[in-house]
Amino acid sequence: MIDLIDVTKSYGKGLPALNHANIHVDKGEFVFVVGSSGSGKSTLIKLLLKEIDSTSGKIIVSGEQLEGMKHARIPKFRRKLGVVFQDFRLLRDRNVYENVAFAQHVLNRPNRVIKKRVPEVLTEVGLAGKYKSMPDELSGGEQQRVALARALVNRPEILLADEPTGNLDPKTSVEIMKLIEQINNRGTTVLVVTHNREIVNYMRKRVIMMNQGVILSDEREGGYREA
Amino acid sequence: MRPSTLWFTLKSGFKNIRRNWMFSAASVLTMAACIFLFGIFYSIVNNVSYLTRRLEEEVPITVFFVEGATPDQMSEVGKQIETRPEVARMEFESADEAWEKMKEDYFGGSSLAEGFKDDNPLINSSNYRIYLNDITKQNALVSFIEGLDYVREVNQSEQAANTLGNINRIVSYVSISLIVILLLISIFLISNTISVGIAVRSEEIGIMKYIGATDHFVRAPFVLEGILLGLVGAAIPLVVLYLVYNRAVSYILTRFSVLNNVVEFIPVTAIFRTLIPVGLVLGLGIGLFGSFFSTRKHLQV
Ligand SMILES: Nc1ncnc2c1ncn2[C@@H]1O[C@H](COP(=O)(O)OP(=O)(O)OP(=O)(O)O)[C@@H](O)[C@H]1O
Ligand SMILES: [Mg+2]
Repeated sequence: MIDLIDVTKSYGKGLPALNHANIHVDKGEFVFVVGSSGSGKSTLIKLLLKEIDSTSGKIIVSGEQLEGMKHARIPKFRRKLGVVFQDFRLLRDRNVYENVAFAQHVLNRPNRVIKKRVPEVLTEVGLAGKYKSMPDELSGGEQQRVALARALVNRPEILLADEPTGNLDPKTSVEIMKLIEQINNRGTTVLVVTHNREIVNYMRKRVIMMNQGVILSDEREGGYREA
Repeated sequence: MRPSTLWFTLKSGFKNIRRNWMFSAASVLTMAACIFLFGIFYSIVNNVSYLTRRLEEEVPITVFFVEGATPDQMSEVGKQIETRPEVARMEFESADEAWEKMKEDYFGGSSLAEGFKDDNPLINSSNYRIYLNDITKQNALVSFIEGLDYVREVNQSEQAANTLGNINRIVSYVSISLIVILLLISIFLISNTISVGIAVRSEEIGIMKYIGATDHFVRAPFVLEGILLGLVGAAIPLVVLYLVYNRAVSYILTRFSVLNNVVEFIPVTAIFRTLIPVGLVLGLGIGLFGSFFSTRKHLQV
């Protein structure tokens, strides 16, 4: 599902943010990416989203090679991915329902489909009954659920999460991570960047550990050790 | 485009305008000024050339011959004048006809004129009356005719023609340069307004791109915003011009009542048959251009 072959990304002079990285993720896998600040985790996510281009190497996501991808192809490609961030990135001036429906409008979905699909996915993330709330009226955990609903509403093959629990308290973090695990259990491939040592150690998933752009370790049922 | 997508785009477009209404208002007003000025210019130039055309039709050049010119020599002159393309039509009036006309006009057919008997006092007043199809060529034609043999004198309505021609030229130059300046300012302001909108909504645009919005989809609300602003900016001056036009015409006619029988203005409906489509296209064009520039510059996906 995701393949990085000898990928390097330099932003300019100095150490590359990603340095000859090799990663292979199968369909349906759940992967944690951990590492200290500045180790290149967000860079990895941006590369996978084709937000930035690699300096060298080869990235293949969902069967599509990202190097040399035509500009017009990028939106179509991104529709196969769902993404959530630490800061939720909801539209402040729209309610929960509209925030999720937004993602369907972007894909030119007809109203009939939107009306059916949005409540469905909101129920899935545990937000049934909060359709009309504005983002500012929600707790952090609820906001992240909206963001997850928005990422999932178009049924992506892969869910990318860049520190999804970074702004949440421990209890809420566990809830959100459980939710992401459920999403993974329904077949979506998941890649989660996180600093949350307890959760990583507790969930016993595959863990890729990075430092200064280099992959230090890649273990099944791994833990988050000191680098 | 699906109805739901179209509706979504429309709503976003309106939202953009509402969010930075000050910029929107500034660009609409500039555009309105531009199109208003265009409308004034169009009305003046058209009315002046309408007037000129009527003068051309009604005020002829009169050509008189040297003493003792024979009918053959006169018709020779006539033939040469006829070859000129600016001549619409010409009439010959013999000395006898001129005298008959004068008797009719000034003596009212009374016996006073009988004193002249058959001694035509206008013996040298055989003439051609020449009507032009283009009054700007009048001076050229006059000097051509003055150069012909047997021609004694050419009378022309030089004053009117030159004045009208000059008015039209000055109005055109001044208006066109003002319109061009305002046009550029309008495009600049619209594109600025939309750039501000893009900056304000940069987060939303970022999210749209993550979700997989095409460039087209991201740009559509902004282009729509430009079109809406353009159409509003065109509609305002058109309505104002419509109201102003008739008032201006009746004002001129009452203020300068001498003109009443001389001047006739083009009816407002005739003017607006052209002005409405041109104004709307102008507004639309400004809006499209403005949004095109700013989305090109700021919406690199
Ligand atoms: N746009 C950029 N221009 C230049 N350098 C950048 C840019 N983005 C990231 N970097 C550099 O690349 C390196 C990796 O950054 P990245 O954001 O991937 O780290 P991270 O692992 O996500 O860190 P954190 O845990 O703090 O989010 C850092 O040294 C950072 O300074
Ligand atoms: Mg990061």
